[in-house]
Parts: sequence; structure tokens; C-alpha cells
Amino acid sequence: MTTLLAVPFLVPVLGAAAALLLRSYRRGQQAVSVVTLLLVVLAAAELVRSTADGTVLTSQAGGWEAPIGITVVADPLTALLLLVSSVVLLVVLLYAIGQDTAGLSRATPAVFHPIYLVLTAGVCLSFLAGDLFNLFVGFEIMLTASYALITQAPTRARVRASMIYTVVSLTSSILFLTGIALVYGATGTVNMADIALRLDTAPEPLRMVLALMFLVVFGIKAAIVPMHFWLPDSYPVALTRISAIFAALLTKVAVYAVIRTQTLLFARDDTSAVIMWLAIATMVVGILGALVQDDVNRIMSFALVSHIGFMLFGLALGSAAGLAGVIVYLVHHIVVQASLFLVNGLIRQYVGHTSLRALRGLTAISPMLALLFFLPAMSLAGLPPMSGFVAKVALFQAGAEAGGWLAWTGVAAGVATSLLTLMAIFRVWVRAFWGVPLPDVVEAGERLRGRRSGGALLMAGATGAMVALGLVLAALSGPLTDLAFTAARDLLGGGAYLQAVLGGAS
Amino acid sequence: MTPAPSLVLILAVGVLYSCGFYLLLQRSLMRVVFGILLLGHAANLSLMLTDRAITLPPLLPGEASQMSDPLPQAMALTAIVITFGVTTFLLALAYRVWLGDGDDEVPDDLEDRRISRLEEPEESA
Repeated sequence: MTTLLAVPFLVPVLGAAAALLLRSYRRGQQAVSVVTLLLVVLAAAELVRSTADGTVLTSQAGGWEAPIGITVVADPLTALLLLVSSVVLLVVLLYAIGQDTAGLSRATPAVFHPIYLVLTAGVCLSFLAGDLFNLFVGFEIMLTASYALITQAPTRARVRASMIYTVVSLTSSILFLTGIALVYGATGTVNMADIALRLDTAPEPLRMVLALMFLVVFGIKAAIVPMHFWLPDSYPVALTRISAIFAALLTKVAVYAVIRTQTLLFARDDTSAVIMWLAIATMVVGILGALVQDDVNRIMSFALVSHIGFMLFGLALGSAAGLAGVIVYLVHHIVVQASLFLVNGLIRQYVGHTSLRALRGLTAISPMLALLFFLPAMSLAGLPPMSGFVAKVALFQAGAEAGGWLAWTGVAAGVATSLLTLMAIFRVWVRAFWGVPLPDVVEAGERLRGRRSGGALLMAGATGAMVALGLVLAALSGPLTDLAFTAARDLLGGGAYLQAVLGGAS
Repeated sequence: MTPAPSLVLILAVGVLYSCGFYLLLQRSLMRVVFGILLLGHAANLSLMLTDRAITLPPLLPGEASQMSDPLPQAMALTAIVITFGVTTFLLALAYRVWLGDGDDEVPDDLEDRRISRLEEPEESA
């Protein structure tokens, strides 16, 4: 069991080394990356299976017991997020391989594969970290890989965008480090379970300062309004495969960190009102931003910011139902956001750009593309049979249960945001997919017919698989909600986590 | 008995943070890089400051009361390595920006530019 916990971050690191050695053999690199991610998916699936009843698994590195040694922890939330993330990483990797095979990308694959695997290791380590400093290291591994990925196939715009991205992320990392110093100064430990116990007796103002500090740190990385400005400027500029992974995973890792720190370390009531206001601001500002954009990628980036607000909303409620809603929402949003960005990538590949000003009648050149866009987009807006609907209903129900004017304001903002999301999506649909195709769109369609290859098929197939995954989530919403409730109860009780990490020591 | 961290160090941390953030808000990318460097030093120093017995050597005398806490030093060391690596990357990026555009100024935010374009016709009318 303890080895299993190390698989999600150790195997990708080894894989990255192997991929680096194989840099002149493209096939070998691709095989190594796929096999590595398959192993991670399998390990994550096994973790989900063994934590499904609410068990918390731990592993103490080097045999040092908890408050002293480095602890790796997998509770149901971690396991579930690991599974979804690794599946999404695998599908996006297949998309990237398809793109490279078709010779459509200017990225250098030799560098891409190792960095991508390092990114995987960072994401997994962040989910599994049981102490704050390891969480920091996980974040840094992930971010450093992302700095390198965002500059792939560098153009002037990309270098500019990556500068913004790097400086903002680095600032939040330094604040994170400062937060760790303050926590260590206050409690004398960096083990999260141990901090939770020791902060109980800490003075209230100190707890509040630390809680807000970590909210800001992860808020920058999660693009919570008013700390969101960097995201729509940097994500859409990167290569599709990279912006898909960033949009799907990086912000969600930060949301996970917010959930973990606010539920485990800090008594929730301290900050719930602040988080609720942030949630409302994030939902509304994000979606209003999306409504005035002209580029599909930028629209999706603003929609991403806005939907982070839904997750904060559930966290602010603080009830088991609210947290379960957040978890379902996280899973749904990872898959849907990745699908939408991959579809945008297909549009960019077919037509050469994603600007609404020069797109018309995409349905005519590729009905399949229209379907691939339509399904996740409806899910994002939260229309009934889709996973987005399940997630939103869970959140709104939790909001209604919680009652109080603040919770109802949140619900109202959420409903308004869903409607506005639908409007933003409708705008894309009407302007890009409907209508009589523009001459260059028709021309693109003809080029497309003349150029069907295995690689292009793999790209479309990967996108289709991601969309299908979203539908599977909708079909499995019953078991998913049960799992989310188990995870939420573990988060709120806290007892199981503390017991598993500290064992007899507490 | 344990020697307390000196006021000078605490003031130094404050000065480093404020200078770091000031530089971070500048237009020139080189100044931004220096800002990040100063902030990194500030964070590392504050990590060191969490140890009350900072003036004692770590581990050496073998008795807990005679040692400083090695953990903040280990954390600061890790953080130094990370900041060092990323700063190198930042410098390379700033150089690329300079190569591409001939200056290293941070441009206005895209949305700000769009809004200011919206305002212009009204002014002329």
C-alpha cells in the first residue's frame, strides 16, 4: 500500500528521465510517456478503490514517524482528483502525440515529453503531500514545468505572456514560502495534521492572519477575482495541448489546496464570509469578462475564472453537502474545461485561428466538431442531462440548505452566472458554428478533406474521448456523488485524517 | 538562555519585502527580476528567523539545547535552489522579450487597452 502512494509522483519522474534519454527516438519517447501515465492512472484507480469507504492511506517516507518525517496522504478527495487528473493528462498526451505525428505542431517534442511528465509528478505530489513544505515543493515542480511548457514554440506573444505568468506565479510562491515560515514560527511544525492540532490552541487573530495569507497564496494560483487578471492573458496564448492541461488542472490543484488548508488547518468559520464574497465576485466578474471577448480561447479562459467561483461557493458553505458539491464540480470541471480547450485546438488546426470575427459556419465543414463543442459547452452551462447540471444542483441544494441571506446571494449569483454562461456559449455557437461559412472557412474545410492522416484522427479521437468522459461522468453521477459525500465527511470530520497521519503519536 | 533573533534581522526582512514588492511593480522586466530576487531573500530570511536559536550551529554539539533547529535551514536551502533556478529562467525570458521587441517594458493589460480604445471616440466628440 505504501508503495502505491509513491507511484503517482515517482513513476512520472523516472519516466521523465527515460524520455529525456530517448530524446532522439520519438516513438520511444511517446511509448514511455503513455506507459508512465497509464501506470499513474492504474495506481490512482486502485487508490480510489481502496479509499472509497472513507479510509485515509498514509505513507511515511524513510520510516520516520509523522510529525518528523515526510508524510504522503491519500484520502478519498486526493484519490478521486488523482484519478481524474491522470486520465485527463493521458488523453491530452494522446492529443499531443496525434498533433506531432500529423506534423502540425511547431513544439519540439523532444523537450515536451519529459517536461510534461515532470508536470504530472508535480500535480500528483501536490495532491498527495501531507506537509506544507512538500505541498510547496509539489507546486514548484508543477509550476516550473509549466513555465517551460508555456514557452513551447516561442513566439513574441508567447514569451510576453509567459513572462506575466511566471512573475505572478513566482510572487505567489514566495508568499507561500512566507506563509510556511509564519506557520512554522507559530507552531514549530510543517506537517499539516500536526499544524491542525497545534493551531487549535493558537490565538484567534494569528489563525485569521495565516488563513487569509494562504487564501491569497492559493487564490492567486486559482485565479480568484481580484487575483485573476493574469490567467486570461497567459493561458489562451500557449499551445492548445498546454492551455488545455493548464486550464483543466493547474487552477484545480490550487482550489484543492484552498480546500485542504481551509478545512484541515483553519477553523472554517473564521473565513467563510470572506470566501463567500470572493466566490460571488469571481463568478460574476469572470462571466461578464467572457461575454465581451472575441476569441473563443479567451472566452473559455474567462469562463474558467468564473467557474472557480462555484467551487469557492461550496467551500464557503462549509457543510458536507457543500463540500460534496465542490468535489463533484471539481471533477466535472476538469474534464469539461479540458474538452473545450481541445475543441478550440481543433478549430485552430482546421481554420488557423479562434477569433469569432472571422469564423462562420463551422458546422458546415465539420458537423462532428460542432457536436464535440456542443456537448461540453452545454455541460459547462449546466443543462440537465450533463455532469454540469448534477454539480450545480448539488451546490445550489447545499446553498438552500445552509440558508441565510449570504448563502442565498451566492445561489442567486450562481444561477445568474449559469445563465450568462449559456449566453456566452450561445454567442460562440451562433457566431462560429451557425450561418453560411465564410470563404476561408470553406477553403479550410476543403484542405481538411484533402489531408486526413492518422495523427489528425488521433487528435480528433482524443478530443472525442474527453467529451465522452464528460458524458460518462454524467451517467455515473450517482456513485460519484456518493464518493464525494464520503470525501466531504472525511474533510469535515478531520478525525480520520489526523488519526491516519499521526497514529498513536496524537 | 536561548539567544533571541536580533532586531536588525527582522528589520532587514521588512526592508527586503518592501523593496522587493516595489521593484515588482515597475515597468522594466529587469527590475521585476530583481524584485523577485529580493523577495526570495526576504522569504528565506524569514524562514531562518523562525528559529530562536539562530546563532547556534546546527547539529554540531550533539545536545538539543546547544543546537539551532536544522529544519528551517533545510527549507531555506530548498527554497534557495528553487528561486535560483527560476530566476535564471526569468532572466532568459527577459532576454527573449528584449530580443523580440527591443525593449523590456511590460505592456499595458490587454483589457485596459480595449477599454481605453472605447473611451477615445467620446473624448473627440
